[in-house]
Amino acid sequence: MDEEAGPLVRPYALTGGRARPSGAKLDLITMVTTTGSRRDLSGIGPEQRRILDLARRGASVADIASDIDLPLGVVRVLIGDLLDLGLVEARAPGKVAPLPSERILKEVINGLRAL
Amino acid sequence: MAFAPSEEPVALKILVAGGFGVGKTTLVGAISEIRPLRTEEVLSDRSVGVDDTDGVEAKTTTTVAMDFGRITIREGLVVYLFGTPGQERFWFMWDELSYGALGAVVLADTRRLTDCFPSIDYFEQRGTPFIVAVNCFDGADRHEADDVRIALDLDPEVPVLLCDVRRRASAKVVLVTLVEHALKMLTAAQR
Repeated sequence: MDEEAGPLVRPYALTGGRARPSGAKLDLITMVTTTGSRRDLSGIGPEQRRILDLARRGASVADIASDIDLPLGVVRVLIGDLLDLGLVEARAPGKVAPLPSERILKEVINGLRAL
Repeated sequence: MAFAPSEEPVALKILVAGGFGVGKTTLVGAISEIRPLRTEEVLSDRSVGVDDTDGVEAKTTTTVAMDFGRITIREGLVVYLFGTPGQERFWFMWDELSYGALGAVVLADTRRLTDCFPSIDYFEQRGTPFIVAVNCFDGADRHEADDVRIALDLDPEVPVLLCDVRRRASAKVVLVTLVEHALKMLTAAQR
């Protein structure tokens, strides 16, 4: 097979061909966390179950895309579905960026120096 | 728990920009655990008309591989590094990448200084704090930082430093310089 051929299942087949998430804008560092909803998961696909696993302790959109090795666009649609179902919640980075507090930045500087 | 319950986790985004092959991947890998991240962007293509089927939007996708690294400062405080795709055809991604970014490192190669002009223009226009880090490749001319500053026509407050992105210690200095610069701009803005 041609090395460039890519995965056998086209990524957007997982989203039913949808290329845009249904609702909220999901930034790369938006944190996704499970809500603990006890909703029936029978209609949830394996990729979304993996996302739920990763989000149990909170994970960024970029972390999730990297961990399940799917393109960001696809992962956003899948997370959007979970949001609609109330299975996860998303917290945008807007609260902390682009102006994090002086205290946080000093902590980052010290942390980087200590690496 | 290492932090008070009222304190929400903080995620910070730092961009690593610069021309193709300037060492962005090496820098991210030197300081953090580098991880693969793909984005497959859908480009609607209205010019494709011949085979158009009613109800089916004509789309093409383009896959872009990004460098992505994370540094955990402590529980609840994480710095994410994103290497911006170097080629100009990926400009459409920049607005998203730079949204909410703390700042950017523009990596420069003195043999191809003009390659970093587009990045510098971009961050200047957006008001994103940035620094210029000159990667000193083997065999590259050792320009002084001040020469680079003049050649790039940088504002005096923009830090310029020489670095070797293969070395972790050097990569650390680059990131610390950027965060210190961002802090300085933050305090200046609050004054």
